[in-house]
Amino acid sequence: MSMINYASREINCKLVYYGPGLGGKTTNLEHIYGKVSPNTRGKMISLATETERTLFFDFLPVDLGTIRGFKTRFHLYTVPGQVYYNASRKLILKGVDGIVFVADSQIERMEANVESMQNLYDNMSEYGYDLTKIPFVIQYNKRDLPNAAPIKDLQAALNPGWPVEDLAQQKLTPDPAHPGENLTDKVGNEWVGHAPYHEAVAVRGDGVFDTLKAVSKLVLKTLA
Amino acid sequence: MAGAASWSFNENDFKQIQTHLQAFLRDSNARCALLVDRNGQLVATVGETPQFDPTAFASLTAADFSANDQLAKMIGEAEFASLVHQGERESMYLADVAKRVILVVLFDQRATLGLVKIKAKGVVENLNKVFEEMFNRVGAGPSQEKGLLEGAEDEIDKLFG
Repeated sequence: MSMINYASREINCKLVYYGPGLGGKTTNLEHIYGKVSPNTRGKMISLATETERTLFFDFLPVDLGTIRGFKTRFHLYTVPGQVYYNASRKLILKGVDGIVFVADSQIERMEANVESMQNLYDNMSEYGYDLTKIPFVIQYNKRDLPNAAPIKDLQAALNPGWPVEDLAQQKLTPDPAHPGENLTDKVGNEWVGHAPYHEAVAVRGDGVFDTLKAVSKLVLKTLA
Repeated sequence: MAGAASWSFNENDFKQIQTHLQAFLRDSNARCALLVDRNGQLVATVGETPQFDPTAFASLTAADFSANDQLAKMIGEAEFASLVHQGERESMYLADVAKRVILVVLFDQRATLGLVKIKAKGVVENLNKVFEEMFNRVGAGPSQEKGLLEGAEDEIDKLFG
């Protein structure tokens, strides 16, 4: 739920980083915090346990620039990834404008990824939000690890596609980030849509800003 | 439904909100009043300028209120319409406004909790009216501001290089 303040000329949007525990959601925010100029970001808040596991959320506000005289201010949140924190996780999704799903590429974490993705769909639908219709980007994190699953397998498990029923959207849409791949494609007689994805090594910062840019751009375009 | 509905407010709404809150601060002797939307965005601040980061404060307020909302449901209450956090010197009182916004009142020994509560009741009623009018005007669905950035695709592309 973006909030437009005509008095202070600001557009405020809420982005949520979702995904399984220890997948790198907090690391994404920490990298952004470290790289963005202090003039354009606020204080980072982490509600974490003593062992630095996210208990409720991390929060980081960043200004991404000015459009039509309005400051675009994004509030970045992470959720606690661990399964038993679902009640708090669901609270953070309320009023979300865009979602980044941070998947852990390690083969051993495949099941945890799938479970978290299913949980995301469930929690969103309980609020009446449709994940296929709001800005949604997947980040495949930890690509540097030797046990990282191939992108093809991750895509098949986490981003298999949804039927595109809107006639206006039934057109071949190339994926700007991956030449030769399509975001909307015809499979047999069916049109299928996929969420855009980015590869990342969040501890090094690789792919962190690509992901943030991709999702914020989608959010602003919903206002255009 | 694609996502949650957006809302916006104009200068006139802002002035009305400020007038109500200033009167409340005068009557209650509280130091500062903030309005935060349920998603954690700061809507307005009136009174003494807070010495903390208001954006972080707003996100924590919303999380606090949401968590308490769920706790209320668990014990069989529809909601906790107001919350009090009492400290040795500084205290805060939080109250729901129109189910979408939270009024946060910061006060110290110069004010009493009783007075803050009584006066807050009145200002909440007034703010409810202002916000309900605002929401009715915008409508519940994807709203007028949908066109705000119309034709700004190029600018958006440029912003992200």
